[in-house]
Amino acid sequence: MRSAVVVFPGINRERDMARALRLISGREPALVWHADASLPPGTDLVVLPGGFAYGDYLRCGAIAARAPIMDAVRDFAAKGGLVLAICNGFQIACEAGLLPGVLMRNAQLRFICRDVYLRVERSDTPFTRGYNARQVIRVPVAHGEGNYIADGETIARLEGEGRVLFRYSSPDGMIDPNWNHNGAMNGIAGIINERGNVLGMMPHPENHVEAAMGRTDGRGLFAGLVDHFKVAA
Amino acid sequence: MKARVTVTLKPGILDPQGKAIEGALRSLGVGGVTSVRQGKVFDIEIEGADRAGTEAALKSAAEKLLANTVIENYRIEMR
Repeated sequence: MRSAVVVFPGINRERDMARALRLISGREPALVWHADASLPPGTDLVVLPGGFAYGDYLRCGAIAARAPIMDAVRDFAAKGGLVLAICNGFQIACEAGLLPGVLMRNAQLRFICRDVYLRVERSDTPFTRGYNARQVIRVPVAHGEGNYIADGETIARLEGEGRVLFRYSSPDGMIDPNWNHNGAMNGIAGIINERGNVLGMMPHPENHVEAAMGRTDGRGLFAGLVDHFKVAA
Repeated sequence: MKARVTVTLKPGILDPQGKAIEGALRSLGVGGVTSVRQGKVFDIEIEGADRAGTEAALKSAAEKLLANTVIENYRIEMR
């Protein structure tokens, strides 16, 4: 799996992401600067990592979504290439029109940095094939604007088409407002686009991939992607 | 030419920041406040003699960047 991590000014999770990709895919990812106009040839997976691109000026992800590299990312996605957008990357993907909806200020107004539980809703996607449907994983979040909202019609489509891949849950997989730390609609933590090749999620699976991090629940996402490309090749 | 673009949240969109400001006003003893919604104001200086063309450029700026039309409305005022 050849991956490319896009680096915007103000991003701070690109090295965590590169480490996870190197560890699990066995291949060094390319780091691509936001001002570049193209992705490395042969790229399988593009990652929009977490951080605070352009200092979250205007709206989270708003300026980054208009950076020169994003035209190449949109073309890549339009051709079916896989895009993994984490945290600030999810905000950028929404602003860029790759995913529907918006990430608003957390309902409790606090920046939240801790582990959360996610229920994996489906296992039949390239992003979740490393998990079982209804499996609960524990991964960190670190965001002030992770409260997913969209209009009623969009939410109904996302739910009806099975495009919610991760939902905030209790440790035993119950969907409950008490475990929805940021107030996201329907407890939505991660969604895919209509075609199923762009995933946006607020939590950080890349931060739970090796024993030294305490847990390895995030490995499944990357291991699944590696498998996906092995089978495809 | 000078212009002002005002961006506000659409009705019905939850505005936690507005809510916090509303609470702070109440705790300051400012009476009668029943609702606060926070928005953004952009004061823009733009070149061009043609009013219609300038307004079209501002509309494009608002649609493409200044507002996220999923959650926000905008208003353009030419000075």
